Amino acid sequence: MKHKSLVSIDDYTKDDYLKIIEKAAHFEKNPVQNILNGKVIATLFFEPSTRTRLSFESAVNKLGGKIIGFTDAASSSVQKGESLKDTIKTVANYSDLIVMRHPVEGSARYASEVSNVPVVNAGDGANQHPTQTLLDLYSIYKTQGTLENLNIFMVGDLKYGRTVHSLLMAMSHFNPTFNFISPEFLKMPKEYKLFLDSKGIKYYEHEDFTEYIKEADIVYMTRVQKERFSDPIEYEKVKDVYILRNEMLKGTKENLKVLHPLPRVNEINVDVDDNPKAYYFEQALNGVYTRQAIIATILDL
Amino acid sequence: MNSDKKELRVNAIKNGTVIDHIPAQDLFKVIKILGLQNITNTMTLGNNLESKTHGHKGIIKISELFFEDDDINRIALAAPNAKLNIIKDYVVVEKRQVQVPDKVVGIAKCVNPKCVTNFEDNITTKFTVVDKENIALKCHYCEKITNKENLRLQ
Ligand SMILES: [Zn+2]
Repeated sequence: MKHKSLVSIDDYTKDDYLKIIEKAAHFEKNPVQNILNGKVIATLFFEPSTRTRLSFESAVNKLGGKIIGFTDAASSSVQKGESLKDTIKTVANYSDLIVMRHPVEGSARYASEVSNVPVVNAGDGANQHPTQTLLDLYSIYKTQGTLENLNIFMVGDLKYGRTVHSLLMAMSHFNPTFNFISPEFLKMPKEYKLFLDSKGIKYYEHEDFTEYIKEADIVYMTRVQKERFSDPIEYEKVKDVYILRNEMLKGTKENLKVLHPLPRVNEINVDVDDNPKAYYFEQALNGVYTRQAIIATILDL
Repeated sequence: MNSDKKELRVNAIKNGTVIDHIPAQDLFKVIKILGLQNITNTMTLGNNLESKTHGHKGIIKISELFFEDDDINRIALAAPNAKLNIIKDYVVVEKRQVQVPDKVVGIAKCVNPKCVTNFEDNITTKFTVVDKENIALKCHYCEKITNKENLRLQ
């Protein structure tokens, strides 16, 4: 690993991804171990994200570690105007690893530079959320038996969705084909398409679901957020185009799995939930094993 | 005669550095980047001079001051076509061209208002230059791109 801390998905190489996946599988078989006995993990949530925090805390608890921290900035010294640097340096004195979520972009990189214990980025604004990407990789690997040569559909807000950008970068090591389905103004940004061109990776863009979905190995759904639309009428027009319904999965590949970073709003109809191809709840559970693997790897356990 | 005039300007200092071909609108940026406002050397500034190749240009002549490559390359963000003449005993002994560096540390401001460098005091900005021709800087912290058009100095 280039860095002890995990701030950006690019901090890890292809080899590192595969090591994390292998370790996550090991923790899935034996989720309760005492390897964090005597260790203190700080979870600093400068903005609330209950889902992510519970996943980390579950991972730490199962490994016998102790947790200190705060769940939103209002209950911390940040409110008294303390600098990020001082908060991090103080907490680093009391912990073996810091998990942090912060609305300011680049805050995790900065924290990793001023901290003398490793920092795991649990989301820094619209920038990076690498543990989400690693759990996505683990979910894909687990359901497909490989990461190589897969056809991956990404659906919804592909412009602002940091999870799809990071997943695209990570999957680019494994010779994928991409299909992007989004409204015109939420298309995959040019910089990512240029990147795919430079690597010789094939991708196709669509404005709605079509028969092509029959070729998919993975359908990765994201929220199309109302706030992104300047015109509410425009939102009403497109919002139903990007809803996945159970009948649309007829005739799709046996191995197809539907993923979603959660929470969903209405972009996956509840009638998909009982389809064996729906995988988003298991995906969330995979997050616990993946985070166990990340923490254990960083602490050399 | 034109060439005589030029010679006169360039040779007007005994020992030192002449920075020529600075875009007129960026002269003061260059001064700031090099920190020339803080030094006591004899200095002559010219601006809005006619240039055969670049419209209007600025020029800086500083006595008894010689720059390291790193310092020179810092001005590349504001004046990528700048040329340096190193003067010893009234003679141009060396000509140097500015090179856009691979990394930019502590000069530029990140354009992203949500970037940590715009929130927390005392962070030195760091960028990787991802496009040397059009000047595009990728922030080491927030990973967003700052272009020449929205470039501000820290
Ligand atoms: Zn930035």
